[in-house]
Amino acid sequence: MSEILTTRIDPSSVDFQENSAHHRSLAARLRAEMDRIRQGGGPKAQARLRELGKLNVRERIESLLDPGSAFLELAPFAAHDIYDGAAPAAGLVTGVGRVSGSDVLIVANDPTVKGGTYFPITVKKHLRAQEVALENNLPCIYLVDSGGAFLPLQAEVFPDREHFGRIFYNQARMSAAGIPQIAAVLGSCTAGGAYVPAMSDETVIVKNQGTIFLAGPPLVKAATGEDVTPEELGGGDVHTRISGVADHLAEDDAHALEILRDIVQHLNRTKPSRGDLRAPEDPLYPSEEIYGVLPRDLRRPYDVREILARILDGSRLHEFKPRYGNTLVTGFGRIQGYPVAILANNGVLFSESALKATHFIEMASQRGIPLLFLQNITGFMVGRAYEHGGIAKDGAKMVHAVANAAVPKLTLLIGGSFGAGNYGMCGRAYQPRFLWTWPNSRISVMGGEQAADVLATVKDDQREREGLPRMTAEEREAFRRPTLEKYEREGSPYYASARLWDDGILDPGETRTVLGLALSIVQNSPEVPTRFGVFRM
Amino acid sequence: MPPKVLIANRGEIALRVMRACRVRGLETVAVYSEADALARHVEFAGEAYEIGPPPARDSYLCAEKILEVARASHASAIHPGFGFLSENASFARAVLDAGLIWIGPPPSAIEAMGLKIESRRRMIAAGVPVVPGTHSLEDASERLRVGLPCVVKASAGGGGKGMRVVRSHDALDAAIASCRREAQAAFGDPTLYLERYIERPRHVEIQVFGDSFGRVVSLGERDCSIQRRHQKVIEESPSPAVTPQLRQKLGEAAVAAAKAVGYINAGTVEFLLAPDGEFYFLEMNTRLQVEHPVTEEAFGVDLVDLQLAVAFGDPLPLDLPDAPRSHAIEARVYAEDSEAGYLPQTGKVLRYIEPAGPGIRMDSGIREGSDVSVHYDPMLAKLIARGRSREEARRRLVAALDETVILGVKTNLSFLRRVLETPEFIACETDTAFLERVSVPPIPPPDEHLFRSAAACFGALPAADGTPASAVRRFDPMSAGAFRILAP
Repeated sequence: MSEILTTRIDPSSVDFQENSAHHRSLAARLRAEMDRIRQGGGPKAQARLRELGKLNVRERIESLLDPGSAFLELAPFAAHDIYDGAAPAAGLVTGVGRVSGSDVLIVANDPTVKGGTYFPITVKKHLRAQEVALENNLPCIYLVDSGGAFLPLQAEVFPDREHFGRIFYNQARMSAAGIPQIAAVLGSCTAGGAYVPAMSDETVIVKNQGTIFLAGPPLVKAATGEDVTPEELGGGDVHTRISGVADHLAEDDAHALEILRDIVQHLNRTKPSRGDLRAPEDPLYPSEEIYGVLPRDLRRPYDVREILARILDGSRLHEFKPRYGNTLVTGFGRIQGYPVAILANNGVLFSESALKATHFIEMASQRGIPLLFLQNITGFMVGRAYEHGGIAKDGAKMVHAVANAAVPKLTLLIGGSFGAGNYGMCGRAYQPRFLWTWPNSRISVMGGEQAADVLATVKDDQREREGLPRMTAEEREAFRRPTLEKYEREGSPYYASARLWDDGILDPGETRTVLGLALSIVQNSPEVPTRFGVFRM
Repeated sequence: MPPKVLIANRGEIALRVMRACRVRGLETVAVYSEADALARHVEFAGEAYEIGPPPARDSYLCAEKILEVARASHASAIHPGFGFLSENASFARAVLDAGLIWIGPPPSAIEAMGLKIESRRRMIAAGVPVVPGTHSLEDASERLRVGLPCVVKASAGGGGKGMRVVRSHDALDAAIASCRREAQAAFGDPTLYLERYIERPRHVEIQVFGDSFGRVVSLGERDCSIQRRHQKVIEESPSPAVTPQLRQKLGEAAVAAAKAVGYINAGTVEFLLAPDGEFYFLEMNTRLQVEHPVTEEAFGVDLVDLQLAVAFGDPLPLDLPDAPRSHAIEARVYAEDSEAGYLPQTGKVLRYIEPAGPGIRMDSGIREGSDVSVHYDPMLAKLIARGRSREEARRRLVAALDETVILGVKTNLSFLRRVLETPEFIACETDTAFLERVSVPPIPPPDEHLFRSAAACFGALPAADGTPASAVRRFDPMSAGAFRILAP
């Protein structure tokens, strides 16, 4: 069959071996970082939790999930290297998993990280998880064990539109949209945090362990002089027997999770199965070869079909317009049996590539096929001939199509993500259902070299106007260096992921598995017809 | 509780050994790498332990890990199979030091036969014929002893570089001079070696067996002349070139060789057999051979059972046959592209059907769904046919190869069949240069009509298309395994 992608890669070549060693070392570092993140607040805090007879956040999630099912964790690198590294995973584990046969979104506080309090990035991560639930129509399960907002940073946590209050707004709106909101109170749940269980459809609380109150005993004492224990003020017994704030009383963590599983059993939801689904097929080439295919230098061109051959079912791609606008590869294929429409950069975007992308996105939307963008893009072509040729309006058509396409969109940064290329290829602002990066990827408005050159040229022009001589070569280099360093630091996938510009950094060897899970998860959302606006012709 | 045997191997040989253990009522313990978690040998064993990542150096070659499993599982003996640690004397010694039974020869015998020069010296001392050779090229008596034809080669050389075959004494001096120049130029070392040149030799090996009571017997020969890249492809027993008289002489030489190193358990003494009936010691393999089934089928013995008996201290039975009762031929089934330099192939076995019938034996390590990875030897199975005559065995083997189905991974099944059908093989004209000399016919083109009919049938199957997806598909990646991102 002509659709089968062939490879020109020689796994025994020196280049392949060197690429492989390089990218494997990046993946190894990623795994090492993840190992640290899984420790949460560290061994001491974990030990304290065990002494209290509580499960840690990851154990809680594991016991909640169906045995032998997947859990697609979101944004584990949140807050990485921010807050002096004091908040691994931003103190909150989120992800999509399967509970009692349903795909659900789980949000779980990690009490070993500053008592599970909300840093600004924690709020962002919680809201992002809710967004994933809303877009993919996933019931939300909140495993609450949090002291509320991190008070020293209240100005960045409390007041704004996308701050703490939005969590409860989302709960109300999702509940109204028929997306179940379920909470288990496994620890403290104070002040604003008290609204998470209170705003839920159905709530579980653990006896002598979970507490819900708007003001804790010290604040009550200060305000009214009343002496009261936490359990008397807002413990499990109080809320399930007297106040009605919670619905089910659990003996311990394990019991609470069991009740949650029962609750999900009675949601009366079935996962839709849409489109032409087939049995999954492995690619003809192992995923691990991606390490050797990827060049060590981002600037080195290579054929992105070599990546597709290692991701798609049976390495098959029904390529669309293979002879036209060929700096962008477009085509239909399958991942784990799910149909997918792929746009993958294979060089800088020209007018033709943008037009081809627009046509292709229209087709995918018409057919209801999820879009997958593989970004490795320096941007759109520049220069007089291209501006005259209207590259801005052709690029705009592509951006317009991407923005309005109502089919699920997935984006993966497999290399550079620079400038308007990021927009056309469905960057974060274009609301892909999920966006991941690879450890070798870079993201910035332009490359560091280009930015440094632009700034140096502006500086020279300014000096000229002031009657000063142009910078010497050394001065120019010294002037450029801070920009280069800044771009180097801020373009790193860790820097990006720490700030929730994506949903996580993937090991390239694991990518196919993750994409398969994502394509399964997006099946939960109802189909919405696409309506495009005015394309500038 | 019956004793437990740990099998430090994988694939078909692990299964072969486990079967023998079961016959004796012994418990079995398997070890496996991460790549082999679902392998046949793992589920066949009484218990199984993972010993590390896929590369053999991190798993099947890790002596420490295997000994650890032996301790943890309370195994009392270790069978190494072939390959991996089977000829590793220090491993054998470590097994013995751990108080376990080593199902193989004494470490000292492994060592003695592992060193080329040392073993050659010992064989000369034991009166076993070796290929005559000398470093004293100028010495007339030495030249006479080596005889004709002879080959002059660079001591430092390899790969045939600087080799000269000489057929008359007159031409020898000129050959030595030019060879010396070439050796100097190519290796910077003019030292030469003169050796008898064996033309079109056969590779004939003798199965020997020793017990701990000092008895050593021979169990006939195997002819392993059909080789590619120095790897055996087709083996048979008896050899068409060996008469009962020659078998007797070969057997005596092999027993002498084994006794010279105090050999116990199964071993194989390899000889080069010249067309004139002269034979020369090549080396001794101090383990069970891949091709042991042809001896088993020809002689009606169970060599692995004998290995277990001897290792657990029993004497060899006195009634072992001394002549073959049948003819047996083995074909090694490799995952390889025989048409492209025998390049190893990888993939998943999608369809697998084993042959059967009188005199047919398939020693296989695969089944449907098995992964053939880059980590291990590409040999998938051995197909052995037995017959009253060589021709009957050959025809049975051809028919069994036709019957075998392995889809999903390219194999040499067709190549084996075409080799067995060459007039030269039928006429017993086999020697080690067979595959270089004989032109094996190319793969016949597919039968167009059959091809189209099959495609039509497949298309007509329900669910190939048209059937609602929900009826076909039950797979959902979310419930297909406990995947976690960047799991440790």
